[in-house]
Parts: sequence; C-alpha cells; structure tokens
Amino acid sequence: MRTLTFANALNEALRQEMRRNPKVYIAGEDVGLYGGIYGVTAGLFAEFGEDRVKDTPISESAIIGMAVGSSAAGLIPVVEIMFVDFIGVCMDQLLNQAAKMKYMFGGKAKLPMVLRTTQGAGHGAAAQHSQCLESWFMHVPGLKVVVPSTPYDAKGLLTTAMRDGNPVVFLEHKYLYGTIEGEVPEEQYEIPFGKADIKRQGKDVTVVATMHMVHKALAAAELLAKDGVSVEVVDPRTLTPFDEDTIIESVKKTHRLVVVTEEVAHAGSSAEIAARVADKAFDYLDAGIKRVTAPFTPVPFSPVLEQEFIPSEAKIIEAIHEVLGKAVPA
Amino acid sequence: MTEKIENEKLLAMYKSMVTIRLFETRVSELFAAGKLPGFIHLYIGEEAVATGVCAHLKGQDYITSTHRGHGHLIAKGGDLNMMMAELYGKRTGYCKGKGGSMHIADVDLGILGANGIVGGGPPIAAGAAFGIKYQGGDGVVACFFGDAASNQGTFHEGLNLASVWKLPVIFVCENNLYGISVSQARHQNISDVADRANAYDIPGVVVDGNDVMAVYEAAGEAIKRARAGKGPSLIECKTYRWRGHFEGDPTPYRPKSEVDAWMKKDPIPRFEVALKEMGVVTDEGIAAIKKEISEKVEAAVKFSEESAWPALQEILDDVYTGGSVAV
Repeated sequence: MRTLTFANALNEALRQEMRRNPKVYIAGEDVGLYGGIYGVTAGLFAEFGEDRVKDTPISESAIIGMAVGSSAAGLIPVVEIMFVDFIGVCMDQLLNQAAKMKYMFGGKAKLPMVLRTTQGAGHGAAAQHSQCLESWFMHVPGLKVVVPSTPYDAKGLLTTAMRDGNPVVFLEHKYLYGTIEGEVPEEQYEIPFGKADIKRQGKDVTVVATMHMVHKALAAAELLAKDGVSVEVVDPRTLTPFDEDTIIESVKKTHRLVVVTEEVAHAGSSAEIAARVADKAFDYLDAGIKRVTAPFTPVPFSPVLEQEFIPSEAKIIEAIHEVLGKAVPA
Repeated sequence: MTEKIENEKLLAMYKSMVTIRLFETRVSELFAAGKLPGFIHLYIGEEAVATGVCAHLKGQDYITSTHRGHGHLIAKGGDLNMMMAELYGKRTGYCKGKGGSMHIADVDLGILGANGIVGGGPPIAAGAAFGIKYQGGDGVVACFFGDAASNQGTFHEGLNLASVWKLPVIFVCENNLYGISVSQARHQNISDVADRANAYDIPGVVVDGNDVMAVYEAAGEAIKRARAGKGPSLIECKTYRWRGHFEGDPTPYRPKSEVDAWMKKDPIPRFEVALKEMGVVTDEGIAAIKKEISEKVEAAVKFSEESAWPALQEILDDVYTGGSVAV
C-alpha cells in the first residue's frame, strides 16, 4: 500500500469528502491561498475555489460562530483554529454555543461541524503555540474529541468527523504532520469513534498513550522487548466517546498500567484514564497506576527545556520498570 | 412612509406587540408568585423593535436572540404554549424543559435561540448568513443584541466578517440605555451605537425604537439591501426596558423620573393612535384584540400548569445527535 504523511492523509480526507458532499466547506486563517500553516489544506483552494475554502480574518470567535450558524443552516463546516492555544479567545462560541445548543434546545438543533486545530510541543513554538489541551474539551458534554496518532487513523477519523453530525474537536499534534508516515488506503473509509486501537500487542504491561506519545510508547516498547518485557500499547484514538472496555480488557490481561500523555498530569486526560481503570479493574492491578506526562509548567522555549518538557522514551521505560517492580524479567 | 403597508400586516404587527406585552406581564406575575424558576428578563417597553423587524421576515429567514428574548420569539411566530411551558420547565416546552427562558429556540421557525451570553449572537448570525449565501438562497438573518453587547469582541468580529463577505445579516441593536446596571454613558464613549457601522463601511442608522413604523421602515431598507447581496447593516433602536434587568432587580441605578418619562413613550398606545387615524382599527377592535390575546396567554398558563415535568431519565437525552455516547 502507498504511504502518506500525517498531513497528507488529512488533506486527502478533506479533499475526498469535499468532492463527495457539496455541503462541506473549509474556513480558517490562511487555509486557502496559503494552504494552511502546516500544509494540511494545500491545493484545496485551487480545486474547490474560494467559495468552499474560505480564508477568514484573524478572528477566532467569528470562525467558530460561522461554523455554528452555518451548520444550523444546513452546511458541514470544517473550520480551523491555527493553534489550540488560540481557543482562549473564542471559547465561548465552542463551550456555550456549539456544545450546548442541542441540549439547551431540547434536541432540536443539529450541528454537524468539525473544529480542526493543532497542538503539542516540539517545534520551539513556546508557551502560546504548543500546549496540549484535550482535557478542556473532554470536560464539555456535547463535544466529541478526536486525537489521532497515525496517518491511517487521521484520514479515517477525519472522514468520520465530517459525517458525525455533532461538533467534533479534531486535535492534530503538529509534530506528527511531516515526521510520521504510514500506509493509507486510497479510497475513503471511516474509523468509528469510541474504538481504541491496540497499536502493539503485549502481555506484561499496558501503556495507554495518545497522539505523539503513541510513537514514544512504541519506541519504548521496542527497546524493552530486547530485555524480554512485553508491552501492550493502546491508543484510545478518541477521548469522547471513550473506549473504556478495550483498556480495561488490556489491564485484565497485563495487570499493570502506565498512561502517557503530553498533557500535564493534573486534571488531565491521563487522570481520567487512570481513574477509570482504578474504578473498573482495581482487583486486576498488581501495581499502582503510573502516569508519564509533561511537568506542570507552560511549554518552555529553549530546545533543551522543551525536550525536557516532552515525555521521553526513557521516562516511559522508567515508569514501566516501576510498575513491573520485581516482576521485571531478567 | 415609503411604501404602503397593508391593513392586514399592520394589524398583525399590532397583535404581535400586544401579545408580547400581555405575555411578559403575565410572566412577571407568575415569577413573583414563585411559579417560574431561574432568571427572567422581560421585554416590556421594547415591543416595537422585535415586531418592526420580524414583520419583514419569512419562514426561511433566521433570527438570533438574546437573554431578553421572549419578544423576538413571539414576533417571529413562536408558539405561546410551548414558550410558557418552557419557562415553567415542563416537558411540553420548546426545549423539553432543558433550556428555560434564556435558551428558547425553534430552529424550524428560523429562531436560532435566545442566548444567555451577552454578545453570543453576532458570530452565529454571520454564520447562518454564510449558510444562506453558500446555498444560494435569498434569506436573511436578523441579529438582535443590546447596547452593552456592542462592547463585546464578538460584536466586532461578527460585523467585520459579515461586511467583508457581504453576508445577508441585519444587526439590530436594542439600545435600552443600560448594560444590567451600568448606563450607556458609563459603558461606552459614544451615544449612538450605529456610529460603529462606520468602522465596517456599512450603513448605520438610528431609529426611534418605540415607533414600530420607524423600525419597520429602517429594517425594510436593510433587509432589501441584504437580500440583494449588498451586505449587512446596523440599525440602532433607541428604546427602554420598563422592568429591571431581571425580575426582582430593585433598579437602584436609575431614577424613577427616567422610567416615568419612558413609560409615557409607550410604543403600544402610540401605534394604536396611528392605526385609528389610518382607520385600521377602532377602540372596540382594540378591546377585542386584547381580550383574545389575553385568553391565549391564559390558555398558555393553563397548558403549562397542567403539563408534566420531564421524566428524570430524560436528563441524559439530546446531548448528541445520534444518541448518547460512551464516556
């Protein structure tokens, strides 16, 4: 099968769905002529024209409001907030309008819309262009939250998002765009929300990881395999809905859990995942749950500090050793 | 008057204003009697604005409303029974009791909701207008908001986007002189919100918001322009809320003399005089209309009182399209 980068897989999902469904349009800052700051919408302006690929003012509340109003009026907007950090200037339109409208209106509104945005450290973009904020969106009923880690998942999940019929926050880790390449079918396909993917089978310890951290966890698992430690890596792929069952089943098999996210630990997605397992699989655990996350700081600028900030393979391996305790095979 | 309005339409406008007044007056009594939970913001005194604007709107046209939204809903054709039942929190209400006063909506009627967030509407209105334009329709969106909302960033973002893309929206500022307790003179350095249209190179007009014919005429011009693809306008309607910001507000921030002066400018008797002069209605006709509407409001109260509460398991319904999600 041919391979695509993460960014090109997203681009193909958008292109194919726009060809299929004239109600789908794109809007955001620099998504048109420029092709998106990370190239995700490259070529779409040329193919679909300025009526369907809208360069907006730098005006994030208008961008999300536009999605809300136009989806209520029958369209399927795919809007982009360039960096998730910018959600601070427009959160009302997402939190109080998009997410709550259906419920507040007694079910009578339908808001099919996708909010794509980038997050994550690794590019030296510093504190206001690098944070991970998935737990903010997980905390809001009415939103769905998608966190892809591979080109295959990115294309299938984005296709699903555009057909879901609800406000979907689609988070893209910017480190993945050009660095991660993988096999992607040429035709359109959907990956259902709420279905975790076991990225690597194992029997000694379960590592639940998201986005960029899936790749770090897989690298750590590869290194540990040489020492005879068998690590199972589970990627939830969506955080709302959340596939608790796959994670619980994995823990019942391995009896140990490490959760890895780039988000900070405090009130983060890792806390939610750990709480689920503590609640539903406590009797199966042979060790306390460990979390590997960023420290509780804004994302620092200096390359050495930024690398310290991002959870490393070494820290993941250390946590795995901790939960294995004396059970580490010789 | 640039165009003659048919008697039937004039009567419908009059009935809209009276319906708003009688509905709101009854809601005030019910709230005072402890029948209605939550926050209630009444539209009494501002009836001419919603009526004058919505008289131009058709089924495919949209409105975005505010926390003070009952008047907009009635003027756009909202059902009194479902409105009142929603204020009671009953399952027969517009939102099955899940929205309340500040979130009443009827998407099928083009009512994209009252809104509890001051300034929440303009970006949504621009979005709905984009949806109309994208699909090639000649619909229009009327976006209602107050003087205080014109200080929000969302107001400016909505006007900017609508103007640069020439979207079919009319932005209707109901300047009732107060943002909760803070007078306009204390919350912005301009006396006419319409001046802000200049910043977006769109028409901005000031009208007497207690004169339904003046509102109707200004809105008509703006809507004609919007439907013709010439983009948005800003209409500022100078008006006044007779009640406090919310029911129960003791209003220590404004003198009684100011309230009395504005109550003398009551838009309803003023329209009655005009209608009688035009021979559209008689005193007897007015009395009959008020009686008929009063009975409809009472029927809405009875309907609401007799309606069931939502079943407790309904709390989980309607969060997502397609059913609840596993979390």
